[in-house]
Amino acid sequence: MRFIVVACLGALTLAGTAFAEAPKRILSVGGAATETVYALGMGDHLVAVDQTSLYPWEKTHLLPNVGYVRALAAEGLLSLKADVLIAGPEAGPPVVLDQVEKAGMHVLRLREGYNEARAVERITEIGKALEREAEAKVIADALTADMASVEKEIAAAPSRPRVLFLLQAGRGAPMVGGAGTAADGMIVLAGGVNAASDIHGYKPLSPEAAIIAKPDIFVMMKQSVDAIGGADKVLALTELAETPAVRNRKLIVIDGLYTLGFGPRMAHATRDLAVEFHPEHKFPPLPDHPWTKAQ
Amino acid sequence: MTDIVQTHLPPLRLVRRPVVLGALALLLGASFLLALAIGAMPIPLRDVIAILFGYDVDSQFQAIILGLRLPRAVLAVLVGAGLGLSGAALQGLFRNPLADPGLIGISGGAALGAVGVIVLGHMLVAIIPFAADPRLMPLAAFAGGLIATFATERLAHHRGVAATGTLLLAGIAINAIAGAVMGILIFMSDDNQLREITFWTMGSLAKGGWSGALLAGPFVLLAIIVMLRYAQALNAMLLGEREAMHLGVSVEHLKRIVMVASALAVGASVAVTGIIAFVGVVVPHLVRMAAGPDHRIVLPGSALLGASLLLIADSLARIIVVPAELPIGLVTSLIGSPFFLYLLLRRKALTT
Repeated sequence: MRFIVVACLGALTLAGTAFAEAPKRILSVGGAATETVYALGMGDHLVAVDQTSLYPWEKTHLLPNVGYVRALAAEGLLSLKADVLIAGPEAGPPVVLDQVEKAGMHVLRLREGYNEARAVERITEIGKALEREAEAKVIADALTADMASVEKEIAAAPSRPRVLFLLQAGRGAPMVGGAGTAADGMIVLAGGVNAASDIHGYKPLSPEAAIIAKPDIFVMMKQSVDAIGGADKVLALTELAETPAVRNRKLIVIDGLYTLGFGPRMAHATRDLAVEFHPEHKFPPLPDHPWTKAQ
Repeated sequence: MTDIVQTHLPPLRLVRRPVVLGALALLLGASFLLALAIGAMPIPLRDVIAILFGYDVDSQFQAIILGLRLPRAVLAVLVGAGLGLSGAALQGLFRNPLADPGLIGISGGAALGAVGVIVLGHMLVAIIPFAADPRLMPLAAFAGGLIATFATERLAHHRGVAATGTLLLAGIAINAIAGAVMGILIFMSDDNQLREITFWTMGSLAKGGWSGALLAGPFVLLAIIVMLRYAQALNAMLLGEREAMHLGVSVEHLKRIVMVASALAVGASVAVTGIIAFVGVVVPHLVRMAAGPDHRIVLPGSALLGASLLLIADSLARIIVVPAELPIGLVTSLIGSPFFLYLLLRRKALTT
C-alpha cells in the first residue's frame, strides 16, 4: 500500500514538473478573468469557474462552480488540483487566497481598477500566467486601439448627460453608484457625468437627493430591473419621480459583466453605452474580434 | 447547599449521567474524526490518520489536514461547546427555555465591535499602527460583547439586586442601541465593507485558523470550567429564585458568574467566527429532552452536543455545494429554525 502511495506521488511530481511550463488545469474566479481566459483560447483548460463567470455562458455554465467569488472555500479550490488560480480583483476572502497559496497552488491576483490601463494590465498578467503572451498582446492592442477610436468619437459628441447608476440590492430603495465604483468609471468613460459623484460607493437613494441630482438618464443592470418587475415599474418608483430621466423615460438596461466588467470587451461596452448617452452623434461600429462576437 | 439539592433528586438521573455523557463524548469523538476525514478534497482515511500521527504523506494532503481541517475542527469544538454551554446556563439562570446568549447583549455588542473595525478600521490605522493587525477585529468583537453584557448587568441592578425581568429588558435595550449604531456604521460603509459585514453575520469557521482557535481557546475553556461548577446552584434556581436563595444559593453572585462566563465564551467565539445562530438555544433543549433537567447533565451535555453539532454542521457546510461552501450560520439556522418552531408549537399545545 505504501508503495502505491509513493508511486502515485512520484507520478504526480513528474506530472507537476512536466506541466510547470504551460498550465494545463486552470481555475478562474471573476467574470472578466474567465472571459479573458476564453479570449486567450485557453477555455478548454478551465477546470472550474465561479458564479460571476457568465461569459461565454454556453461554456461556463457547464463547468464546476466554486460559488460566489467573494466567499470562496480553500479546500474546494484545492480539490480541483489546478496548476494556477486566476483570481479577479473581487476574489476573496483574502485569507482563503492566502491559505490556497500556502497549500502550494499558484495564485495570480489581479489588481482592481476601472480604467483602460488596468484592463490592459489584467489581460497581460493572465497572458503571462498562461504562457499566452502573444495572444494577450493582440487582445490588449485591439482594446487600446478600439478605446482610442471610441474616445475620439465621444470627444466629438457635444452632449454630456447626467447619469445615475441604480443598483437594486434586495428590497427597499435602490442604491446609487457614487465615486469609486465600476459604474462611475464607465459613466465617465462613455462621456456622461455621474450625477452621484459626490457620494462615495453605493448608498441608498432618497427621493430628494434624486431630484437634486437631476439625472437625464438612469442606468441599471438587467437583474436589478427584473427584480423590480420591468422598466415601467422602475420609472414609476417614487424615489425617482420628478427627475428629467423619468419625464423622458430614459432608462438604459445593461449586462453587468459586459458593461461593468472592464474585461476584453471593455471598448465595445463603452461604445454601446456612449451610443445611448449621445443620441445626437453617429458612432461608427467597432471592429469585431473573436472574443467580442459570442455576445 | 449541595447536599440539600442532591437529596431532592431522583436516583435514576444519577445512574443516567455517565451513560448520557459517555454517549455524547463518543458522538463528539466520532464527529471530530468525521470533520477531519471529509471535505472537498478526497483524502483516504488512512492518510488522514497517518498525517495526524505525524507520518509524511502527500504534502498537499498534509497542508489540508493540518492547515485547514484540523484548526477548523478545533475551532468548531471550542465554539460549539461555548455556545451550547452558555445557552444551557443562561436558560437555567433565567428559567426561560428560549433564552440565548443574544438576549443579554453579548452577540449585539460583539457584532458592533466587529462592524466598527470593518468600517472604521482604516481610519484607526492612521492613528495607531497596531490597528492594521488582523486580530484587531476579533479583539474588538470580544470587547464589544463583554461591554454590552456588563452594561446590561449594571443597568438591571437596583439596590444590589438584578431582577430577571429587568435584565431581559435591559438586554433588549442594549441590543437595540448596538443595532442602531451598527445601522449608522453600515450606512457609512462602502460596498466591500458591506459585503464583509454580511458574511460576518452569517458566520464561518473558515477564516479563524490556528490563530483563531488560540485566541478563543483560553476564554472558552476558562468559561466552561467555571460554569460547570455552578450546576448545582442552577438546579436550585429551577425551583425559583427565592427558593434557591433559601437553599443557600447566592443568587446575585450566580447571575454575575453565569453572565460573565457566557460573555467570555460567546464573545470569544463570535469574535473569531461571526454569528452562528441557534446552537445556544437548540442544544440545551435536545439534552434536556434526552436526559431531563438536571444541570449536572445538561451543562456538560450541552457543551459536548454543541461541539458535535457544530462539527457536523460545518462538515455539511463544507461538502453540500462542493467545490463551494455554505456559510455555517445558514446550516445551523436551517436545522435550528424548524426545531425552534416545533418547540413553540409544542409549548402552545401544552398550554391550551
